[in-house]
Amino acid sequence: MSVLTQATTDGLVMAKRNLIKVKRIPDLLIFTTIQPVMFVLLFAYVFGGAIHPPGVNYREFLMAGIFTQTVAFGSAITAIGLADDIQKGIIDRFRSLPMARSAVLVGRTTSDLFNNVVVMVVMSLCGLIVGWRIHRGVGYALLAYVVMFAFAFALSWVSATIGLTVRSVEVAQSAGFIWLFPVTFLSNAFVPTGTLPGWLQGVANWNPVSAVVAAARELFGNTGVVEKHRPWPMTHPVITALGWSALLLLVFIPLSVRKYRAAAAR
Amino acid sequence: MVDVMAPRAGQKTDGAIVARGLVKHYGKVHALDGVDLDVPEGTVLGLLGPNGAGKTTAVRVFTTLLKPDAGTATVAGLDVVRDADEVRRIIGVSGQYAAVDENLTGRENLDMVGRLYHLGKSVSLARADELLERFDLVEAANRVVKTYSGGMRRRLDLAGSLVAKPRVLFLDEPTTGLDPRGRLGMWDVIEELVDGGTTLLLTTQYLEEADRLAQSIVVIDHGKVIARGTADELKSQIGGERLELTVSTASELPATEEVLRKVGLGEPTIDAGAKAASVAVQGGSAVLIDALRQLDSAGVVVKDVGIRRPTLDDVFLSLTGHAAEDAVDPSAADAKAGRQGRQSRKEKQS
Repeated sequence: MSVLTQATTDGLVMAKRNLIKVKRIPDLLIFTTIQPVMFVLLFAYVFGGAIHPPGVNYREFLMAGIFTQTVAFGSAITAIGLADDIQKGIIDRFRSLPMARSAVLVGRTTSDLFNNVVVMVVMSLCGLIVGWRIHRGVGYALLAYVVMFAFAFALSWVSATIGLTVRSVEVAQSAGFIWLFPVTFLSNAFVPTGTLPGWLQGVANWNPVSAVVAAARELFGNTGVVEKHRPWPMTHPVITALGWSALLLLVFIPLSVRKYRAAAAR
Repeated sequence: MVDVMAPRAGQKTDGAIVARGLVKHYGKVHALDGVDLDVPEGTVLGLLGPNGAGKTTAVRVFTTLLKPDAGTATVAGLDVVRDADEVRRIIGVSGQYAAVDENLTGRENLDMVGRLYHLGKSVSLARADELLERFDLVEAANRVVKTYSGGMRRRLDLAGSLVAKPRVLFLDEPTTGLDPRGRLGMWDVIEELVDGGTTLLLTTQYLEEADRLAQSIVVIDHGKVIARGTADELKSQIGGERLELTVSTASELPATEEVLRKVGLGEPTIDAGAKAASVAVQGGSAVLIDALRQLDSAGVVVKDVGIRRPTLDDVFLSLTGHAAEDAVDPSAADAKAGRQGRQSRKEKQS
């Protein structure tokens, strides 16, 4: 069996294992879905009246941002899942088997991506109910989802590295999430970057989250009136977003696999 | 799998599990401090020691989970560091904490392991059913493991380690935390495996367990081997057998003492209050019969008699109870055991 085939089949066995858990404990998925739905409603109705992005209804403007934020936070559960496997000792069982060294991580990130897809479907329906619309057709919309899922998958590998580093569920529960607050809020996700102080605009414009949000907004046709002078990432958001995801994967897949090899070796 | 069991050309290792000078440090703690082990194919080695002696560390090195700081470890002639992938194909390991997925059923757990050994769907499921049957888990097969008792989890974990029919098995404290019934059940299962020819390294804190399951025993403490041998050898190492008897009246004691002096080694001990006497002996039941015959002709009425051998508990206490500096010289323990006619261990001292 070739290395790649083995990595894939072993990864699928692991993903299946994780998904059986989702099936057995559906509450997990239900609660991870309720939170973003709540966010959609809160932002749409609480902030909606106060924030007026030029040329577009805030609820339309908001959705790409809240989608991206939600899948980013959704990726953080990768850290918890892996820390749990280490804590319960089942990682030792896997590490003593002649299986691909990447399989536990591939399985975990894949099943977490599946969770993100489910959450995204529910959120999209919720968005449509509060007035969000797709303006450029199904093709572009699908590409928007691909861009967001690619980013979510990449963040899952960042999260995997965190989970394998902290090794405890309790720590993973906070360490996996806190960094996501600045990363998602210092962006164009909830407000147009033009409203930020000058130096923050720079941060926000080059933030990968902004690229993903801008890409989705553009592909859904929720952009509104854009500022004239924008930096390169904001004028080429799709390619920038995909580029960021590729870069994160290139760095964090090998890094987390290395962490995994060493994880239980203490 | 059979080919793999044969030692590689140029690697002279006759044991299925071999360690030479194994060292693993955690900061200042010497989890393993130069451990040598040899487990011939098809035999059981009991690795005995208190908590923190280094037993689990040794198992983790052999099962490729941990890299030693120094020394070598081989399984079926394969180096656990250099040939880690090949080693993983031929070993089974079951740890102190059942490494099973709580949210899967018993059957799903075993099938998952089978798939990870790349057995293929039908083979993997058939093997899972076979093991569920063997470990008395058929009724619970389709229940999630969360609902299992501790003993059932352990059995499932052990079943998981047997999915690929490993020729070499590592069991790390397989009965710790089990109730007496669970322990007996586990012993039966292990004995069955060993009868089937599996080479087994078993760690335990229970002397009774090592006594019952293992042909040879290695006692480690603070990462060092402090004694090795069969259970019998270890027992005789700390004092050998004693003939103990009780007579009906105290007036018979002088005659008894005289007989015991003749059949025993050294001075008999007399307890007048208990009307009891004892003496160190060598030769077991033959000595017992001889003593009884002589006592009978001396007119002594023996109420109770027996040969008492020290238990492994006595051995363990006397070994680990020593100041570490006195007890930890493995070559001294070996030399002592060697005098008792164990040619096979002698090569170790060189």
